[in-house]
Amino acid sequence: MPIQTLLSTLLALLLFSFFIGSKRSLAVSTVRKGRRNLHSRPNYYGFMVAIWAGIPALLILALWSSFNASIITSLTISGLPESVQMQSKDELGLIINEIKNIASSGNIDAETDMIKKEAAFHYHRLEQISLLAKTVIVFVVALLGMLIGRSLIKPEMRARNMVETVMRWTMILCASIAIVSTIGIVFSVLFESVQFFKAVPPTDFLFGTHWSPQTSIRSDQVGSSGSFGAIPLFIGTLLISAIALIISVPLGLMAAIYLSEYASPTLRSIAKPTLEILAGIPTVVYGFFAALTVAPFLRDVGESIGLSVASESALAAGLVMGIMIIPFVSSLSDDVISAVPQSMRDGSYGLGATQSETIRQVVIPAALPGIVGGVLLAASRAIGETMIVVMAAGLSAKLTINPLEAVTTVTVQIVTLLTGDQEFDSPKTLAAFALALGLFTITLLLNFIALHVIRKYREQYD
Amino acid sequence: MTDIIETLPSMAKGSSESAEVISQADNTRQEFDVEISGTVGKPLIKNPKMSSRNCDVFYGEKQAIFNINLDIGENEIIAMIGPSGCGKSTYLRVLNRMNDTIPICRVTGEHTLDGEDIYGKDQDPVLLRARVGMVFQKPNPFPKSIYDNVAYGARLHGLASNRSELDDVVEASLIKAGLFKEVKDDLLKPGTGLSGGQQQRLCIARAIAVDPEVILMDEPTSALDPIATAIIEELMDELKEKYTIAVVTHSMQQAARVSQRTAYFHMGKLVEVNDTDKVFTNPEHQLTENYITGRFG
Repeated sequence: MPIQTLLSTLLALLLFSFFIGSKRSLAVSTVRKGRRNLHSRPNYYGFMVAIWAGIPALLILALWSSFNASIITSLTISGLPESVQMQSKDELGLIINEIKNIASSGNIDAETDMIKKEAAFHYHRLEQISLLAKTVIVFVVALLGMLIGRSLIKPEMRARNMVETVMRWTMILCASIAIVSTIGIVFSVLFESVQFFKAVPPTDFLFGTHWSPQTSIRSDQVGSSGSFGAIPLFIGTLLISAIALIISVPLGLMAAIYLSEYASPTLRSIAKPTLEILAGIPTVVYGFFAALTVAPFLRDVGESIGLSVASESALAAGLVMGIMIIPFVSSLSDDVISAVPQSMRDGSYGLGATQSETIRQVVIPAALPGIVGGVLLAASRAIGETMIVVMAAGLSAKLTINPLEAVTTVTVQIVTLLTGDQEFDSPKTLAAFALALGLFTITLLLNFIALHVIRKYREQYD
Repeated sequence: MTDIIETLPSMAKGSSESAEVISQADNTRQEFDVEISGTVGKPLIKNPKMSSRNCDVFYGEKQAIFNINLDIGENEIIAMIGPSGCGKSTYLRVLNRMNDTIPICRVTGEHTLDGEDIYGKDQDPVLLRARVGMVFQKPNPFPKSIYDNVAYGARLHGLASNRSELDDVVEASLIKAGLFKEVKDDLLKPGTGLSGGQQQRLCIARAIAVDPEVILMDEPTSALDPIATAIIEELMDELKEKYTIAVVTHSMQQAARVSQRTAYFHMGKLVEVNDTDKVFTNPEHQLTENYITGRFG
């Protein structure tokens, strides 16, 4: 039975378990003075039986599916003649792949090796046995679970507590998946970075001012210095992010204050979603907008006032990125400003403060933690943004803080390092992980600082 | 239903009009049908500090206040009582134009402070609110230090030209509000960390610091325990030496204890205004009597 059918049948079985569970609880209970002597509501007994039927069966299904392939493969290998088994690991892998191809496609031509043909048959038969056994075992376990669950039902049985415990563990599982994957990503980046730092000294990476990751394939090649100084990349990232924040924070904050304090409800209900559309435009669209419209415009303006502006400039990328992250600042700030209690404003008005005095001295300080949160979110977006920079700011790793020149950022370099066919163990590709680690550290540091700032300057109401 | 109807005749004594209403057995809310034709008692006085004539207030289409005429005397405490939703808080907010902050609210009539039209074209509501301070139902200290809370209004209006003058204003206001002894070592701690009663006295100190002429108090003690309430009532008694106070309250005992005159509001109308003693011992209007004897409200 294919997995979809198996799962849907199992689901039907769980529904059935639920019904017999709740029915059974009604049957075993007695009614006295209009009340059943059940500990829990009948639904909970239904859920309990469904849990008994479902969880062991699903666990077995999951385990079986994850070990299925490797067990069948090793069984197939052990069925091969010894001469084949003695071959090196790589060659054996090739043979197994070939066998699997034959088994799945069923293409057997005249030239096919007799041994491989038999092995393919063997493999195919094992697969079928496994599938059948899996189906049978899963259903037997589910039915057994259902019967056990049903037999446990007694009026004093605490079904609600049991169901709630299972639900709590399910939620803990869901919460931990997010945390575990974060930790997993951090560690994978960390280990690959360690590999990189074996080839390139950390000091060269952290303090080097020259970035040119092309390593030579042959020793006599020219133009491939292979130097990994990350300073220009981080400076480029910070430069573009700073430009973006200089644009977006004042614009976003002013927009938020206008929308939450001055705008009429009708205007607000139109303007806010419209502003939020900015966040929904794909960054690649911003990218070609930056490259095709903003960058040439800046160059023309620069020429007319006698400045030399590169056709791909940090300023163009930063400007467009700033526009892109306005909604992150404005929407979040608007929400927190609106959440400041009206009694605060009334208190201020009652003392003869004007609206602008009230906003500046009472509302904004009270909303500050949320505003900082919005700015921080915008900053992480800016630091992590790739597409706009690829198109509008270029790829040349120049160490400069002149916004009119072309710069490149960490994320862009990660993209260029990993696109195309690459060897995975060269310092060139591993450098991407080191860059990712650096980026991650910066973002983490930023979060830490912001949290500290919020805690120190927060003006808490209620 | 029958219980209510049986009690009705005693409630409607002295009003032949309502006697007819009682005969309609299905009308269980008979007390609302007593006609309110103008205000009985003494709503108008000589040399008022503030006065309102023909005051109507609308929230959008809905009229919340109907034709109120009332004078508030210098250095008196006037209590405004009445069942919930009767318009007493709305009327209080008319007096310092706080209703301007509600977009759908519209106020008509003539309102004066020292004879000056407070809704006049050249009147700035911001400056008016500095003269007519307000203390709210729920203590609402700003999320700032105690010092900054009190200094807030004084700074806005430039009442102190340097730091030591500001210190003096803060100290004097806290002393007047009876809070200074308790907080003099904690002036830089957040105002939100005080107890409810202390927070309300902080809000009173904040209002005093602007040096207003009138203080409006909207149920200033309804969120406080009896001890904190007693302290605030004592404070109000001292404050009336210097300020005119209008206080909205749900507690009739409080109105009886602190006020010189009492105004009874009902369904957006001003029913009766009299000396507090008279209102609570010998009310002129049937509705007032019903309310103070606890028949409804």
